[in-house]
Amino acid sequence: MPRRSPEERVKDFDEVALGFTEEQALREAERCLQCPNPTCVSGCPAQIDVKAFIAYIRKGDFEAAVRKIREKNSLPGVCGRVCPQETQCEAACILNRKGAAVNIGGLERFAADYALTRNLQVADRAEGNGLTVAVIGSGPSGLTVAGDLARLGYDVTVFEALHEYGGVLTYGIPEFRLPKRVVKAEIDSIARMGVRFQKDVIVGKTVTVEELFEEGFKAIFIGTGAGPPLFLNVPGENLNGVYTANEFLTRCNLMKAYLFDIYDTPIYVGGEVIVVGGGNVAVDAARVAMRAGGRRVTILYRRTREEMPARVEEVRNAEEEGVRFMFLTNPVKFTGHNGWVRCVECLKMRLGSPDESGRPRPIPVRGSNFAVNTDTVIIAIGRKPNPTVTQTTPRLKTLESGLIHTDSQGRTSIKEVWAGGDVVTGEATVISAIGAGKTAAESIHNYFTRILKRKGVKR
Amino acid sequence: MGKVVSKKRLGRGVVWMEVEAGLVAGRAKPGQFVIVRVDEKGERVPLTVYRQNTEKGTVELVFQEVGKTTLKLSRLNVGDEILDLVGPLGKPFQEKLYGSVVVVGGGVGAAEAYPVAQALKKAGNHVTAILGARSADLLILEEEFRNLVDEVYIATDDGSRGRKGTVVDVLKDLIAQRVEINMVYAVGPAIMMKAVSEATKPYGVKTLVSLNPIMLDGTGMCGSCRVSVGGETKLTCVDGPEFDGHQVDFEQLMARQRMYLEAEKKALQRFLEESA
Ligand SMILES: Cc1cc2nc3c(=O)[nH]c(=O)nc-3n(C[C@H](O)[C@H](O)[C@H](O)COP(=O)(O)OP(=O)(O)OC[C@H]3O[C@@H](n4cnc5c(N)ncnc54)[C@H](O)[C@@H]3O)c2cc1C
Ligand SMILES: Cc1cc2nc3c(=O)[nH]c(=O)nc-3n(C[C@H](O)[C@H](O)[C@H](O)COP(=O)(O)OP(=O)(O)OC[C@H]3O[C@@H](n4cnc5c(N)ncnc54)[C@H](O)[C@@H]3O)c2cc1C
Ligand code: FES
Repeated sequence: MPRRSPEERVKDFDEVALGFTEEQALREAERCLQCPNPTCVSGCPAQIDVKAFIAYIRKGDFEAAVRKIREKNSLPGVCGRVCPQETQCEAACILNRKGAAVNIGGLERFAADYALTRNLQVADRAEGNGLTVAVIGSGPSGLTVAGDLARLGYDVTVFEALHEYGGVLTYGIPEFRLPKRVVKAEIDSIARMGVRFQKDVIVGKTVTVEELFEEGFKAIFIGTGAGPPLFLNVPGENLNGVYTANEFLTRCNLMKAYLFDIYDTPIYVGGEVIVVGGGNVAVDAARVAMRAGGRRVTILYRRTREEMPARVEEVRNAEEEGVRFMFLTNPVKFTGHNGWVRCVECLKMRLGSPDESGRPRPIPVRGSNFAVNTDTVIIAIGRKPNPTVTQTTPRLKTLESGLIHTDSQGRTSIKEVWAGGDVVTGEATVISAIGAGKTAAESIHNYFTRILKRKGVKR
Repeated sequence: MGKVVSKKRLGRGVVWMEVEAGLVAGRAKPGQFVIVRVDEKGERVPLTVYRQNTEKGTVELVFQEVGKTTLKLSRLNVGDEILDLVGPLGKPFQEKLYGSVVVVGGGVGAAEAYPVAQALKKAGNHVTAILGARSADLLILEEEFRNLVDEVYIATDDGSRGRKGTVVDVLKDLIAQRVEINMVYAVGPAIMMKAVSEATKPYGVKTLVSLNPIMLDGTGMCGSCRVSVGGETKLTCVDGPEFDGHQVDFEQLMARQRMYLEAEKKALQRFLEESA
């Protein structure tokens, strides 16, 4: 897929990958073997009928292609851009054996963009069934539940704590990877299916789960995502200039701090920037820092490149843009001057035998301390589950970690409450949140279908 | 949501505003706050709920014009809308019978202390209020406190009203007179809360402070509002805003409050030029 040159793209927040032209999409779709028993579909947590949608693209019927995707996924423009296809559908593509898999993500994005630029309404809605469902959180899991249930005729209201919808898609993932107009357009098309959206409502604070039931909602889905940031718990971590990735990215993406001349929220990015972590969040933060004034941006990761959880494509993009990496390195202390961070003291690590995660355990090398100068530090080492709902809903069972306990259908310990996404799994991916939303929507629908049937029988 | 219903000036640079907030009104407990965003390009800033009116569905805010956002807010007229208003946020103040308590409000902190003083009064405490400001024209809510609590002391830096000096001087005097004090609650500038905590520490008087770090989301997601309390990192918006004053690292709080000083000065400058 065509991308803008690193020299050009690092100067702005416009999208890096440009997407296929019609000719390119047709050519890429031609490569698909249309296998009788396609393996790609099983690689997709949302079970998108990949073979069928690519067949439509081959025929040049792009609108039918989007409709096909949208049967399973309300957020194709998002997924086409940020899904780790290389480990999912594309990993399962038979063509891998002969070289390169079909660029399924690129084709999904192409189809979605085709619909978006033409403002096509490609989802239908069943007749209303009068059942009201509340969805808490407007991230990918909540949006999926809302879209799927609306399609089935439910009356859905989405409650969002922030002043914009989309969850991490809006406040976390940067514009150059996922333009907010794409997120907004996909949310708009869910709204056009009749879903109501209410922002500035923190369930647990502004209104409780029990009160939502009292207001008449028949079922509730909790998709509140990840919450408080994890800290390294080392000295100097609260010095000025030390950010969590959440704060850094929220200031930039949600509050547009990189446009401080026009927007009111400030951000401070010094020349020397250190990012701690190795996931998508760390890589995003580093690339935002490059664009927001960082002269030299270095990612410190305690394992090696092989173990980095970030998407391979984005690690490559970051590297091209000038982000540097220091592997097998972990910070142990921050020191400062006048309250501002100036220096990071690090320890060299080596890899040991695998830990619970299956990855080699990083072991500190004693006495290997060394110092790196810095003006801005961004800590991107993960987040705890969001506690806003669980803290005020005593009946809701959680695991020790704070994650909401559910069964395989997304059912929680409260009968009419379902949950899914990062608040159930811990930090994961957009597509797994979508998958959880699909499962929950299906389970909610089954539940009401059973009840209605039983009532019908009685009558 | 967020329509300005009425507005008046309480003192120089201090504005009282009643705004529609149907979802918050009637729910906010003492010590809780809301986050507002005035307009599309605006910052999210926290403001304490001073009073609320359940039937009317309004909350009352009292704020000081210190930077661009609070200035923009104060320039809204009756009928104008605040774009976003979310809450109530933060842990509520736990009302309890302590016996004799002193509530210290510095500057606009008086408004933040008011609902807490009310709760303490309701719980049966003997409540003494110490209100302070730089000068008389900055002093707010004196009448309201006189009508609410048992004793009121006033201090101004220049002596233009009440005693010349600070709220801490008054507090120290009370302690020196061996007035019985079972708890001190302080809210105001960080430097004042620090001084209050230092004054009570030698006597082991329980001291609660309501901290005001820079916030962003206010829901515990970003970490912007972190403070060290007893050597542990806490998030003010979800673990606070109230903490044990003897455990708070005030130097760090004050340093973090200054983090964006230059940028904020620039923004204010620009705003004043543009709106001149
Ligand atoms: C910087 C970054 C980059 C990422 N990059 C990728 C990537 O490239 N590919 C990928 O697949 N995944 C990526 N992820 C992970 C992915 O974004 C998440 O796994 C996914 O968004 C989780 O979806 P969710 O629906 O569970 O919750 P979220 O997206 O976290 O949304 C939860 C929403 O609920 C709201 N909320 C919380 N509490 C309440 C409440 N009490 N009341 C009302 N609303 C509430 C929140 O404000 C938020 O809007 C990335 C994550 C981050 C942070
Ligand atoms: C829980 C909480 C409750 C609050 N309640 C009230 C209230 O009831 N009334 C009121 O007047 N103020 C209150 N504040 C402070 C108020 O939020 C700030 O004054 C406001 O954010 C300043 O915004 P600004 O854009 O006008 O100024 P800015 O341009 O952002 O800043 C101007 C100056 O104010 C300082 N400042 C910035 N943010 C804060 C902050 N959060 N707290 C203290 N100083 C800050 C800056 O360092 C700078 O010196 C509260 C703060 C918190 C955290
Ligand atoms: S303001 Fe973001 S965590 Fe408190």
